[in-house]
Amino acid sequence: MAKALSLHNGVYLIIALALIIFPFVTESRTWTILLTQIFIFAILAMSYDLLLGYTGIVSFGHAMFFGIGAYSTGIFLKSFEPTLLYFILSIACGMVLAAIVSFFVGILTLRLKSHYFAMLTLALSGLFLVAAEKWRTLTYGNDGFTFRAPEIFQDRLVFYLVALGCLLASFVFLKRFVSSPMGRVLISLRENESRTASLGFKTLHYKVIASVAAGVIASLAGSLYAISLRFVNTSVMTMDITLDALLMTIIGGVGTLIGPILGAGVIELAQHYLSGLARENPIFERWIILFGILYILAVIFFPRGIAGGIQSLYLKLRGKKVGVHRSLKKRVVKS
Amino acid sequence: MANLLEMRNVHTYIGEYHILQGVDFTASAGQVSVLLGRNGAGKTTTLKTIMGLHPAKSGTILFEGKPIEKLSTHKIARSGLGYVPEDQGIFSTLTVEENIRVAMRDQSDATAKRINYVLELFPDLKKFWKKNGGNLSGGQKQMLSMARAFIQDSRLLLIDEPSKGLAPVVIGKVIEAIHELKKQSTIVLVEQNFRMASKVGDTFTLIDDGRTVHTGEMGYLIENEEMKRKYLGIG
Repeated sequence: MAKALSLHNGVYLIIALALIIFPFVTESRTWTILLTQIFIFAILAMSYDLLLGYTGIVSFGHAMFFGIGAYSTGIFLKSFEPTLLYFILSIACGMVLAAIVSFFVGILTLRLKSHYFAMLTLALSGLFLVAAEKWRTLTYGNDGFTFRAPEIFQDRLVFYLVALGCLLASFVFLKRFVSSPMGRVLISLRENESRTASLGFKTLHYKVIASVAAGVIASLAGSLYAISLRFVNTSVMTMDITLDALLMTIIGGVGTLIGPILGAGVIELAQHYLSGLARENPIFERWIILFGILYILAVIFFPRGIAGGIQSLYLKLRGKKVGVHRSLKKRVVKS
Repeated sequence: MANLLEMRNVHTYIGEYHILQGVDFTASAGQVSVLLGRNGAGKTTTLKTIMGLHPAKSGTILFEGKPIEKLSTHKIARSGLGYVPEDQGIFSTLTVEENIRVAMRDQSDATAKRINYVLELFPDLKKFWKKNGGNLSGGQKQMLSMARAFIQDSRLLLIDEPSKGLAPVVIGKVIEAIHELKKQSTIVLVEQNFRMASKVGDTFTLIDDGRTVHTGEMGYLIENEEMKRKYLGIG
């Protein structure tokens, strides 16, 4: 087991190093921007995985927290000097707000059974969206507003590295979180809530903690997203954002953390290439339909997602290898 | 002998169905009290009501003299009751070790002692320490479930149909385990298998249509063919 874990960590380390080196060996601005976008959505998808994959909570309101992060960064940098200090403060402010909102939303909604909970999160998310549309003095409604990013982020490479750093930090934090005793309780909750309660755990507490952690991380993704566009409007709080996070998690592999990163990569790349093909052939103007087909195929053929599929394949190959060893052993014993 | 658990005229509804319609039951300290009855009589609901999973609508449940019928499940568990459900309730994606660790309330020497005790009692758990709970056999799952309830220093263990779906040879091991656990804890057992119940039980309570109909020493029931035929369909 320890060997397998160190193998995992080794692979993660190599990938992280490759991603750090990547922008220094390529001059492609498109790739730098695309990968930055992938990192940001990977952070969002990982936060969603904490809810869906580790705690078994299906939320349709996750965009709320992404939006809180995006708006706090946008409003901060528009209202004050666009310096690095204010950028950091805006992230901190977004995280605190997301923590407070997710705490109260969790307390109010997590007592409910899964489908009622999902519907209530959808309603609350809608409430936040309407508030963002109507509070025009602050948010400029649907039109949104532009703002200046700190000088240092004029260089896309710096922002690429910051987004990658945030992704790695979020991954390490979430990995440690789900491997801790707290993480074990969350997995128990996902598997059997009443049984977890019978072991003496106040399940609502644990669900609220997961909800707050996921909200805070989603807010970080929202702040980075706002900086990447230098623009915020109500689209950051729409259902589309939640659906993106959900699909990235499902396609990548639920309950794996690495899966949502892969899912974000696959979906962002597919979106980029399929929309690009529209310029060459009009049939690809309806690329969203092809995207739908891709989702359906992925769910049918990879029900455990990409990460789950790779894991199954690895176990299958290992099983065959073990089988060979066993048969060899038997032969040795016979001879 | 002092009563550790006492239920008085307990009524429980599941949805609109009136399942328990007046259950009276006592479990004395240091004994194995067996709840018996036909399928659907209300035995499992009685255990779930004690644990607060299906809260009692009316009546009193006293544990160590204190009422627990209004408490939430986690508080009931923390007051010293361990529950081994019918489906064993193993967390299938967690390893045996993690299933045990999740049940640990502290890192004290007493907990370490109890873990050592259950690992000696159920050596298979030691053997499959790193194996996922979902990959264990039915008997091993049963043992893990009992071990998990025991290491929480439960003064009263509620065990629901531990013999269900197990091979006779495994049932023998479960009987031995219950005899061992009895030395450390009081046990309330729900069991459909009368042979097993008669081997481990000190007292019995017969439940029929959600009501307590008889209670007494296990020896009395073993001798009473008519009662067995009427309420258990055997004899």
